[in-house]
Amino acid sequence: MPLRILVCIKQVPAPEQFDRITLDPATGTISRAGIQTVTNPLDRHAVEEALRIREAVGGVVTVLTMGPPQARKCLEDALAMGADRGMLLCDTAFAGADTLATAAVLAAGIRSAGAFDLVLCGNESLDGATGQVPAQLAEALGWPRVTRTRKIEVVSGAKTALVEREIEGGFLRVDVKLPAVIAVVKRINRYRLPTVFGILEAGKKEIAEVGCAACECAGLFAQAMGLRGSPTRVAGVFRSHRKRRVEMIGGDPKEAARALVARLREMDAL
Amino acid sequence: MNAEARDKDTLDVNHTNDILVWAELRDGRPTGVVLELLRKATDLSATQGGAVSAVVIGPRGCRECASELIAHGAGRVFVVEDPRLELYQADAFTKILFRIIAETRPGIVLMGATSIGADLAPAVAARLGTGLTAHCTELRVEDIDGRRQLAMIVPGWRGNMMVKIICPEKRPVMATVRPGVLERGNPDFSRTGEMVPIASGIGEEDFRARTLEMVREPEEGGLDQAAIIVSGGFGFYEAGGISLLERLARAVGGMTAGSRPACDAGWIPESRLIGQSGRTVSPGLFISIGASGAPHYTTGFANASLIVAIDKNPKAPIFDIADFGIAGDLRVIIPALAEVLETER
Repeated sequence: MPLRILVCIKQVPAPEQFDRITLDPATGTISRAGIQTVTNPLDRHAVEEALRIREAVGGVVTVLTMGPPQARKCLEDALAMGADRGMLLCDTAFAGADTLATAAVLAAGIRSAGAFDLVLCGNESLDGATGQVPAQLAEALGWPRVTRTRKIEVVSGAKTALVEREIEGGFLRVDVKLPAVIAVVKRINRYRLPTVFGILEAGKKEIAEVGCAACECAGLFAQAMGLRGSPTRVAGVFRSHRKRRVEMIGGDPKEAARALVARLREMDAL
Repeated sequence: MNAEARDKDTLDVNHTNDILVWAELRDGRPTGVVLELLRKATDLSATQGGAVSAVVIGPRGCRECASELIAHGAGRVFVVEDPRLELYQADAFTKILFRIIAETRPGIVLMGATSIGADLAPAVAARLGTGLTAHCTELRVEDIDGRRQLAMIVPGWRGNMMVKIICPEKRPVMATVRPGVLERGNPDFSRTGEMVPIASGIGEEDFRARTLEMVREPEEGGLDQAAIIVSGGFGFYEAGGISLLERLARAVGGMTAGSRPACDAGWIPESRLIGQSGRTVSPGLFISIGASGAPHYTTGFANASLIVAIDKNPKAPIFDIADFGIAGDLRVIIPALAEVLETER
């Protein structure tokens, strides 16, 4: 039986655009409006791993994202890499979600789309970087999880996957029953870039849109979504106290280099 | 489940002021971050009241670490011993920690943002239906909206911006802190505390993800021990700066590292990644080159004794957190710096 794989991906601000992110003063949520975006890099590794598993044992790869209408772009990128179909979870009710509410909506979206054997995620996003969503998604689905995974072996017809998950100073070998959520780290693979053929093919693939109503049908109450479903709140933003007062060293490069080295030697730092 | 039942299920009502710390073990000993968290928990309890407890989950004999936890501030140590828990078992640990929290109702739960803690904390928070804040750099009790709450400080996304997160309604409030961010207290072995053994209550169904073995690998990098770290940002690596950076690192006897975008671009391995999703380091000297200073990055070395920032943009926020700064053309400054170091010893 072919493996039904779903990959959760996220659109994030391009790293050089982080300075342009603003905070909505009313809700305390992050506004990314008008900012250039990219697919979260780790999520590309997750898509790549799904494609490799499909190539090895057969299957169907669905990519899923939650976000504004323009998040469709990251689904198109994944379809161009070779994913089979896309799903956009898009509704104003989903806005302002912390990780718990995000995981709840992702889980409802996944349930609404049918049965899956494996859900893959990037271990964390470039912007939020909490790394909390994969484990919380597994909880919301009632599935086992393995995070920080650097290797996945799925044998055709098997009901488990054998994986390696990183820990400090080594790794754990874990045998996980499917269905499961597995979150991957960068070293799991090198991801492919879309080919021209892939980009052309992507245009023919389906991207389904799922809103609040479908998630409610899948058993999630509206009050568990978005800002309302988020236990955590931003209480304020402030500038940290400067613990250090910088001493700028000017002059031509050679002089500056010499002055810096002298100061560091004075302080016994070199 | 209807909304009413869901509300009743959460632990908002009748929670205590107590603070619970999950004591992760490595080779039978509490990890460093556990001792750091116990010190913080002790400080918080002095402000807001409540007892400090620790929970240890491990194989038979793991209760032996209780005295160390008590010396570091735990008034009570819950011990769950089970021969099947020699290694981290995600399902079983989640169930046990969830149950202890549900039964003892602490107001605050603190965990280390280690590779295991970062897996366990979000699962437990989700099962409790409560909020979790990752990678806090500071925790303090403040009056917010007319009542005392735990303010959890995390780095923002630019300059020296910090964001204050609260969890106003759900209990317990949960937070993770990366190792090395908080200070560790001195153990006081005259402290007394209570050890409470608890049955694991787990069965075969709690091993859906079964950890079979732990394989040790010599850690590449060893950034934690480095006295000097030379770290490059995306721009510098992209401009071919890696050989310059390595030359500079050799000249100062330091190790190379980099920021998340530099890692994602493949310039440095994940083991050399500095920042919120990588390593937190506190070397004697940290030299940052060609990184503007996003907090996700700077939080990883904020505790270095001395910070030198070198960047092309004199207004880059990196200079706000540095002790010494040079602004200018990196392709000229870095070779000049390396030359001075190589020739003028």
